[in-house]
This record gives sequence, structure tokens and C-alpha cells, in this order.
Amino acid sequence: MSGPSTYEPKTGFERWLDQRLPVARMMHDSFVDYPTPRNLNYFWTFGAILMLCLVTQIVTGIVLAMHYTPSVDDAFNSVQRIRRDVPFGWLIQNIHATGASMFFLAVYIHMFRGLYYGSYKAPREVLWILGVVIYVLMTATAFLGYVLPWGQMSFWGATVITNFFTAIPIVGEPIQQWLMGGFAIDNATLNRFFSLHYLLPFVIAGVVILHVWALHVTGQNNPDGIDVKDKADTVPFTPYATIKDLFAVVVFMMMFATFVFFLPDALGHPDNFIPADPLVTPPHIVPEWYLLPFYAILRAIDFSIGPISAKLGGLMLMVGAIGILFVLPWLDTSKVRSMRYRPIARWFFMAFVVVCFVLGWCGAQSPDKVVAQAGEFTIDATFTPAAGGEQKFTATGHTLEEAHKAFEKQRAATVSAAGPGSLTKTVVTPFQFKVTQLSQLLTLYYFGFFLLVLPILGLRETPGRVPETIAKAISAKRGAAVEKGA
Amino acid sequence: MVRGLLIAAVLAIAPISVSHAAEAKHPPKVDWTFAGPFGTFEQGAVQRGFQVYKEVCAACHTMNNLSYRNLGETGGPFAAAGKWDPASGVWKEVQLGAPHHGTRFVPAPDNPYVRAIAEGYEITEIDPTTGQEITRKGRPADRFVSPYTNPFQAKALHGVAPPDLSLITKARHDGANYLHALMTGYTDPPEGETPPGGATNLHYNPYFPGGWISMPPQLVRDRVVYDDGTEATPEQMARDITAFLAWAAEPKQITRKKTGFATLIYLLILGALLYAAYRQVWRDVKH
Repeated sequence: MSGPSTYEPKTGFERWLDQRLPVARMMHDSFVDYPTPRNLNYFWTFGAILMLCLVTQIVTGIVLAMHYTPSVDDAFNSVQRIRRDVPFGWLIQNIHATGASMFFLAVYIHMFRGLYYGSYKAPREVLWILGVVIYVLMTATAFLGYVLPWGQMSFWGATVITNFFTAIPIVGEPIQQWLMGGFAIDNATLNRFFSLHYLLPFVIAGVVILHVWALHVTGQNNPDGIDVKDKADTVPFTPYATIKDLFAVVVFMMMFATFVFFLPDALGHPDNFIPADPLVTPPHIVPEWYLLPFYAILRAIDFSIGPISAKLGGLMLMVGAIGILFVLPWLDTSKVRSMRYRPIARWFFMAFVVVCFVLGWCGAQSPDKVVAQAGEFTIDATFTPAAGGEQKFTATGHTLEEAHKAFEKQRAATVSAAGPGSLTKTVVTPFQFKVTQLSQLLTLYYFGFFLLVLPILGLRETPGRVPETIAKAISAKRGAAVEKGA
Repeated sequence: MVRGLLIAAVLAIAPISVSHAAEAKHPPKVDWTFAGPFGTFEQGAVQRGFQVYKEVCAACHTMNNLSYRNLGETGGPFAAAGKWDPASGVWKEVQLGAPHHGTRFVPAPDNPYVRAIAEGYEITEIDPTTGQEITRKGRPADRFVSPYTNPFQAKALHGVAPPDLSLITKARHDGANYLHALMTGYTDPPEGETPPGGATNLHYNPYFPGGWISMPPQLVRDRVVYDDGTEATPEQMARDITAFLAWAAEPKQITRKKTGFATLIYLLILGALLYAAYRQVWRDVKH
């Protein structure tokens, strides 16, 4: 935090270095004496956890790159070679592949934390925006990395995603070809994706430094969302925050290790153990779980609006879903930071979390999957035998196929009894609520939360009584706890 | 916030669990010895599975990611232990299984079982000194020999290329159960069900997506004569081949699980110590 430095060089060397390059001073002020609000809960340990994730991915990734072969003929087998023959390759590869999921799990908790406690509000707007930049870089890196093992899902995921660029008018197709390095996903694509996958983590590391810098200028937010007023509100980062962070990191590592050692394939897709084949399209192309909500938004638009095609509309919404986070600090009009003191906003937030999860579920389903259906399929038929007369019959079924089967049975029975004749039939389709429609509703809430709820509610909601200082908030909480206990 | 998030998570996950309406029949669960965090392979089963692969599957299926030496590596079907005799420079008293008192693990290239298996194959290659094609006996370092001389032959012969089996249990959802169900699940098609396009070379199997598979039923009684005298029922062979292929998909999986336990125990102790330290540091701080 900005303020007078308390660093005192103790040895001659430290004094000498301090006058030339004060790195020790910077580290001391940032990670030792840095004042930390004393009321932070465990949601504030995810910064440290994310640091662990980034370092883990970079270190394991560098080792993997020593053994990986970025060529369409060898990539798939080189990953198998790593898993089978490289000493501890199975471990390093598992950590890297699982680590991507763990990184996203942690970053989503970190982001929801920021959303709930209003960590994006003044004076932390730049801090938040840098965080969103890191998130965007993470999704790009993860997408590029998923292509490298060159399995079926790698190849077809890359095909689907690059194909979406063609929705952009005029420049879309050239952009797609430029990304792919040709007219299809091929060796050129794999090579450039490998190069970029190696580059972006270091860009992330750079932005992380800015993120931490911005954090240390404004100071941390806290669960009560109150500004730090004096020393009574804070504790020094070391040992208080360091020891708590270390404990949380180890708990996180236990979950991480459970996946790495006992469920290494649980987060992946079986199709990616099949080598990429441009001639065989998998029945369902799905991205990794952490991109599913955005994939659902992308596919939610199945109609065109004027000049905007369904594809372009979906792309715009998907980009908008992340882009809207950049302007979030100016969309939320509430003066109160923490939703702890916003009784109504809190429920809209919980609903938002549910919406994100269900969007993720939608992203994994086929868009035509029926979520709910009112009534059954009905086939009304009229059979007119050549001999004259008229016979009507009706077949029903929960699906169109079932209805057809029932219909065929009745038809056969009728025809065999009455002889040849002519048949007319009408199929009545019941109202069906499909994944696409569900995704549309959820997408509406996703954007409604940012564009309607946060701007309007902030002006109209009567917030709870916010304590004046962190110290008072703590004693109020402890008082309540004592009362409850008594 | 924690409670709210938990409710949110439960609400959100609830619909997911009921959504797995698969097109193919769901394979029945088999009680595999290798399933779960404590699971291991029974060496006899994996050996028999290799025999089924060698005598049945290998006629049409490749296993590109496997080498003969893998069979003798730790946890492999032919891993063996013996006594090293420095005087003669050979391994003595070599027996299949893990080392026990007085014996050591035999490195795969020296493993007599592995060498015998490898030498049973003929390898065709180009002699670099003459440029002529030659054949030689297989070595432990060689990859599993392919039944095809080139990758196009598989498709040309069968219409569809039979999938490579190196990763087959990982490359299918619920792989081990699926494979077992597929191998034993051939039945007559239900009434009215006909192969797509009236094809005559397809076989009905309800566990295969779409129901019609190119591979004819393979595991009929006594298709192989087991070296260890086990009765070769279709069920027995299906279980053995699945065990072998589950091992082959990730030969290091037992090491993985063992390392996992050590790691978790280490983290548990470290976590407990850090928690105690955390309580100690924060004992006088109201928060």
C-alpha cells in the first residue's frame, strides 16, 4: 500500500543494494509489512491459490514442451510417449491437464468473490479490469493448449471456434484463415497454437504483476466492504495472511492431488483419447467444462435479427458476456460495496451463480434436447378402404418415434382387417421447451443482471446498516455470536 | 455467502445427474479389481488378456503405443523378479510377479518372458548398410507389430479401420464396462430393426452406438486355450481382455495411485501443521 516504507536494511550488503535497486524494500513493503484487513475470510486466499496455479502450469508446461512434438503426425503419440516413457511424465502431464481445470475453478471462485463483495468498485476499477484481462488471456491459453494433444476434441473444438470468426462481416474469413494458417485446421495451425500457448502464460504473468501492483496501491477490499481507517483495522501481511494463505493453498492442493492421482480423466472427454481425424466428426463437440457457459450463450441465438445472422449474434453475445465485465464498475450504482449489507442484491447474485451453472449444463447438451414437454406427440389418421367407409384412429407417443411406432401397429391392424385403401394423417407436435430456449432465458438473466439489476437496484435498494469501521464490524459479529451462544 | 453458494451449487447440479439419456444401452457394472483408488491388476488376468489380444484381437487391431518391453515393466503382465548372477551375467531363478525376499525386479529388456514374446514376431525393416528389406526377430524395444503393412490397408480390408486398442478403455465413456458389455453383448436384433442401408456385413450389438457394428462376435467358448488352464468362457475372456486393455491404456496407473496416497498423507500432515500454526499466529487477533 502506498505509504512510508518501514523497510530497514540490516546488513551492509542490503544497504548497498537498497541504494541501487530496492527490490528487498519492495518485497518487504508488499509481502511482509503490507497491512491486511483483519476481517478477511477464506475467499481472500484465492489470490495465493491462483499464484500457485500459474506457477504450476508454467513449470509443468516448460517440462512438457521439452518432450512434446508439435506436428499433426506425432503430437498425439508424443503425449502418449510422455505419459508412458518419460520419467514422471505421467505425473507432469496429469498435473498440467488437471491444472487447467483447477486454475479455472480457482479463478471463478475469485471472480464471484469480487462480484459478491463489490471488489470492483472505486477505487479498485483498474485492479478489476486487469483481472478480467488475465481471465481473457487464460481462456485463450486454455483453448490453445487443449488443441495440442491433437485428439478428436482438440481438432473439432478448434474447428468450431475458428469457424465462428467467419461470422464477422467482410474480414471474418480472412481472420479465420490467418488464425489457421491455411484453409483448414492443420499442421500450420498446430504449430502456431503451440507457439502462442507457450507465449501467453508469460503475458499473464506480466499482467499478474500489474494486478498485484494495483492491489497494493488501493489495498484489499474485505467482506464488509469498508475502507480501512486506521491500524486497528489491519494486521501485517506476514505472518498473518501468509500463514492463512499457506494453509488454504495446502487444502486446495489436496483437492488438486485427488484429481491428479485418482480421477485424471474425470474432467476430460473420452474422445480426446482418439487421434484427430478430419474425416470423422464426433457426435457432440463440446469444449472443456470451464468454457461451457459461454458456449451455451454462443449457441443460444438461433435466430437472425436484421443484418445480424444467428451466428454473428451468438458470437457478439459470447464476446459481450465477458466484455461486460470490463464496464461492471460503472454499471453497479450502489454506494455499498459488500452484498453482506445489500439484502435484495444478494438474492439476485445467488440466482446469477445458479444461472452460470445451468448455462454450463446447457453448453454440454445437444441444443435440441428437450428439457420439458407439454403433452405427447399425436398422429391422427383417417383410413378410407377401397370398399368404402371411413375409419379413424389416433396414435400417441412421448417422442415422435414412439408415436410413429404406435401408428404403424394400428395401421397394420386396420389395413389387414379392411383391405387396401387410402390413408391421410396429421402429426400434432406438443409444445417443447428445448435447451436452446432455456439457454436464451438464462442468457437474458445473465445480461439482465449486469444491465438492469445492478444499475437500477443500486439506486432503489435500502442497504443494511454498514458498520463504520472494520473493528466495529468484528465486535458486532462477535457480539452476535456471544448472544447466539447464550 | 458460503451457505448461499452451496445452495446455488446443489440447485445447479441437480438437473445434470438426470440428463444422461444415451442412445446405446448402458453397460452393466463389473466389479473390476483395478477400479477405485485401491484397485490393482491381477497379474494372471492381464496375462490371459494379453493372450486373447495376441490370438484374437491382434489379427485386425493395432496397438501402436505399446512396446513388448512394456509387458515386463513394473506392474506389467510379465513383470518378473530373479537373482542377478554377476559371474555369468544372467538372471537366475526368474519368476513372474513382484520381487520378494532375496530377489530383484528384472529390467524389461532382460526379462526372459518378454524376450520370448518379442522373438515370436518377425520385424520387417530396411537394412541401413545395404538398403535392402530384411526380416529379423523381434526385440523387447520393438513396438507391437501391426497386422497391416500400411495404414490404408486396414480400411481397405474391413471397410472401416478397426480402432487402435492402445487407449481404447480411455477413449470410450465408462471404457472398461463398455468393452466387457460389447464383447459379450451380441444378440439378435429386435424385431423390425435392420442394418442401415441394408448392409450385410454389420452385426447387432445394443451396447454399440447405433446398434450395428462391423466387428463380428469374437469371444466364443474356447476361442483360446489358456496357458494357465483357466476355462475360456466368453465371460472369462471378456474380463481378461478388458483387464489387459485397461492396463495397456495407462501402464503407470498403479504407480499413480500409490504416489497419490503418499502425496495426500504428506499434504494432510502439512495441512494440519499449518492449521496449528495459523491458530497460533491468530490467537490474539479478533477477526
